[in-house]
Amino acid sequence: MVYDVIVVGAGVIGGMVTRELTKYQLNVCLLEKESDVACGASKANSGFIHGGFDPEPGTLKAKMNTAGIGKLYETAKMLHVPHKQNGSFVCAFGSEEEPAIHELYERGLENGIQGMSIISGEEARKMEPELSEEITLVLNIPSAGIICPYELTIAAVGNAMDNGATLKTNFTVTQIQRAGDVYTVTGSDGQTVQGRYVVNCAGAYSDKISAMVGDDSFTIIPRAGEYLLLDKAEGSRVTHTIFQVPSKEGKGILVSPTVDNNLLTGPTALRVRTSGSTETTDDGMAIVRNLAKKSVPGVDFRQIITSFSGVRASVATGDFIIEPAKGAENFVNVAAIDSPGLTSCVAIAEYAVEILGKMDLDLTANPQFDGTRSDPHFIKKMSDEEKSAYIAEHPEYGRIICRCETVSEGEIRDAIKRNPPASDVDGVKRRTRSGMGRCQGGFCMPYVMKLLSEVNNVPMEQVTKKGKTSDLVTGRIG
Amino acid sequence: MIKHSVVIVGGGPAGMAAAIAAYDRGVTDTVIIDREEELGGILRQCIHNGFGLHKLGRELTGPEYADVYKKQVEERGIKVYHTTMVTAVSPELVVTAQSREGLMKIQAGAVVLAMGCRERSRGALSVAGTRPAGVYSAGTAQKLINCMGYTVGKKAVILGSGDIGLIMARRLSLEGAKVEAVCEIMPYSGGLTRNIVQCLEDYGIPLYLSHTVAEIHGTDRVEGVTIAQVDENRRIMPETKRYIPCDTLLLSVGLIPENELTRAAGIPMDPVTNGALVDENRQTEVPGIFACGNVLQVHDLVDYVSDEAEIAGMGAADFVLGKQNGGESVSVKPGQGVRYVLPQRINVGEEKDVPLFLRVVKPYGKVRFTVKAGEEVLATAVRLKAAPGEMEKIVVKKEKLDGVQGEITVSLEEIV
Amino acid sequence: MKKDLICIVCPRGCSVTVEGEIGALKVTGCSCTKGEQYAIEECTHPTRTVTSIVRVSNREDTMASVKTSCPIPKESIFAAMESIRGLSVEAPVCVGDVICKDLYGAEVVVTKEVL
Repeated sequence: MVYDVIVVGAGVIGGMVTRELTKYQLNVCLLEKESDVACGASKANSGFIHGGFDPEPGTLKAKMNTAGIGKLYETAKMLHVPHKQNGSFVCAFGSEEEPAIHELYERGLENGIQGMSIISGEEARKMEPELSEEITLVLNIPSAGIICPYELTIAAVGNAMDNGATLKTNFTVTQIQRAGDVYTVTGSDGQTVQGRYVVNCAGAYSDKISAMVGDDSFTIIPRAGEYLLLDKAEGSRVTHTIFQVPSKEGKGILVSPTVDNNLLTGPTALRVRTSGSTETTDDGMAIVRNLAKKSVPGVDFRQIITSFSGVRASVATGDFIIEPAKGAENFVNVAAIDSPGLTSCVAIAEYAVEILGKMDLDLTANPQFDGTRSDPHFIKKMSDEEKSAYIAEHPEYGRIICRCETVSEGEIRDAIKRNPPASDVDGVKRRTRSGMGRCQGGFCMPYVMKLLSEVNNVPMEQVTKKGKTSDLVTGRIG
Repeated sequence: MIKHSVVIVGGGPAGMAAAIAAYDRGVTDTVIIDREEELGGILRQCIHNGFGLHKLGRELTGPEYADVYKKQVEERGIKVYHTTMVTAVSPELVVTAQSREGLMKIQAGAVVLAMGCRERSRGALSVAGTRPAGVYSAGTAQKLINCMGYTVGKKAVILGSGDIGLIMARRLSLEGAKVEAVCEIMPYSGGLTRNIVQCLEDYGIPLYLSHTVAEIHGTDRVEGVTIAQVDENRRIMPETKRYIPCDTLLLSVGLIPENELTRAAGIPMDPVTNGALVDENRQTEVPGIFACGNVLQVHDLVDYVSDEAEIAGMGAADFVLGKQNGGESVSVKPGQGVRYVLPQRINVGEEKDVPLFLRVVKPYGKVRFTVKAGEEVLATAVRLKAAPGEMEKIVVKKEKLDGVQGEITVSLEEIV
Repeated sequence: MKKDLICIVCPRGCSVTVEGEIGALKVTGCSCTKGEQYAIEECTHPTRTVTSIVRVSNREDTMASVKTSCPIPKESIFAAMESIRGLSVEAPVCVGDVICKDLYGAEVVVTKEVL
């Protein structure tokens, strides 16, 4: 079949664009090179909803951030994605840094941010007692918040699929050709998909995808940010997301609670060699530790449960690229979506579809569209009585597989079955949090493997950590 | 709400021994809540031998040792809630548990915590590098191989020379994998000497002391690791970095008592053992809640787990039967050369000998341990050698405890 | 000859020295007679108990653990493992069930109950 629109890249942007397109009577196909959605920048970032003081006024970033923040909160509610409007603090350490706070405030006003205030270090410490004594002035942004970025992506793609979109994983685009008004997109295994419109949301690879249709006007400079995630024992160290004003030493790092009540610290921002490289380094982890302690000296880094690194797809201009490809018809680039991309994702998706509309894509409303998605974590929100009654009907929700995060067999089975289906251990982890706790899957992984093997009817030897050749067991004994 | 006299949380070696002891003390309404389908806990995956010499007078494998206790639980008709996970224990002794049958609340007369421990993960170590498949904690690999029958790799490096790491080095070798190296960040092994002999030397596996894994390589599956020597502050010495190709990295880098329920119940903890503070009956600071086994302190021998669990089981039974003496208690503190001592508190009016369990801070040759209250010597013990990996036991006689006041300390001195 | 060993009979791990000629070996450093016997055997014909697993053919992803009933010659360990890999059992099995009568002089015995 010939799809109306092909979206390349199932990160949060590709996911939201696909979901946006299913609001109309369109056949949409989403292509992803990894075995699951949210495997690039969307799985490893700060999970922060930016207030909007940061982007230069007048840029696309400023526009999308301001327009996007409310839309994101609204969409997160509809899709049952964990999020919280916890507010953020930007902290100045001493009089030298204080002018920056005033500049950010002014910029925020210009970008149309509401409710900001400048408070003294003293006042800030009344609200956040763990803040460093060295902090003298703070920009308080109550509209800022936190969200789980990979759950948002999963929910967006899942909702799009529920509304008729097709997801093809393990599809690495190697060639895009156009004959008449039909694009033929070829994958590395020779598979092809045809469509009349293409939206490029390929993140760190978006320059390469764009070049396939002749537009090489931009180059992605991937930067890797390293993070340290701490146990829930540290999760209540702060309630706001704590930033530092950019200084001579660097842009500073954040200390933030997560929606799952862990404590997140990071990121470093370093240039990296290749688009996919996300290794962590000893130096990077040391920088995170030291800078986090600058803001919140009490952080106990013995409580680290994991470290990770995520790539940002930046360009030299520093702004988002959301525009028709140069020299290729019916092809839209949605590229260079680094910070505040997550905050802007819904606004970006709407804007991209608006551009497609201007390219004469028929945007007749889909009367069947349902923008809501049921809560995958419903069981955790039940009272003891409700839970008891529910388990009586559905015993698989009574058996706990992941002890650290209290995840039941029923939730894992749901994750393997519902859109977008999890096909590997990491996929189950991102959907259910099984293996995400303090033991990092040490206990539950063999059970999750067995469930994947059983539900998908594949032998244990074919169950992987994250698709491709990431085999977990290498052979059967006896 | 259901009622039971003694509720044991966990059906491993500690839970089973505690249940049997409580029952035999006269509290027949003792129940075990276990998250697994079968009793035995981690022993079921420890198929190697070396268990039971001290406690049962014969050398058994892990599953056999578990079986001895399982049979005793069955003979007594002790009720076991299988595949049931305890989600909360309250200071009022209400135990909340969840299973395929639903949610259950039990009002207990006494609770014995016997949840065991978990392994420290790669994340907690912050090893640099990529995140491929093939990085396992040693116990997870042990479960996949010994209980489910799957091999985990062909060429392995093991980080950590604790007993599980050593045992798994041999196990992988026997299943046809090549173990390239065991790296130990400390200048000495954390495992039993005999395991270094029969698990590494027998199979020609090199043990690199003062070495660690500096970096993990590979995109999908592990392709290799960089190992490096560390200095006396355990910092990597970059000039010693060396690449070893392998497809598997096993981590045996420490066990952490699984005390989430304990902390949530507000029970005061010992920051050194990572277990609860207990008295000689293994009662925590919350009356009626007892703890034993690896949830209390990480043991090196299951035999001592059983011993400790019996103390806790009897203590819980006595609590239910109202047989506990109150009275004065004194605290027990580690002194020179001693990392921790357990119990951390002794009720001096109890009229019984009290064994003290302790670990030393570093390896020693011949040492003398001295247990003192003020200037009064309560007990001494001489050992030909002492190592952090081997728990020591020193018994203080009841007559020595009579009228003791102040604080008891245990210290060691080297004997030349 | 003179050989320094670590005794593996019990967790204590005594440092043992064996001296003299085969047939008249003298052992020092042991804390027990079992250790003495081990030290002499280790110098004459070393043996080890082998523990492993066999598949339970009528249960999914389930293994029964097994051991040799007595130590077998050290040089035969890998050959013994190969033979054990060829074995399987059918549930139910109990601790102590013999599944192979002679493997380098030992029986292969089940160590885990599978019902």
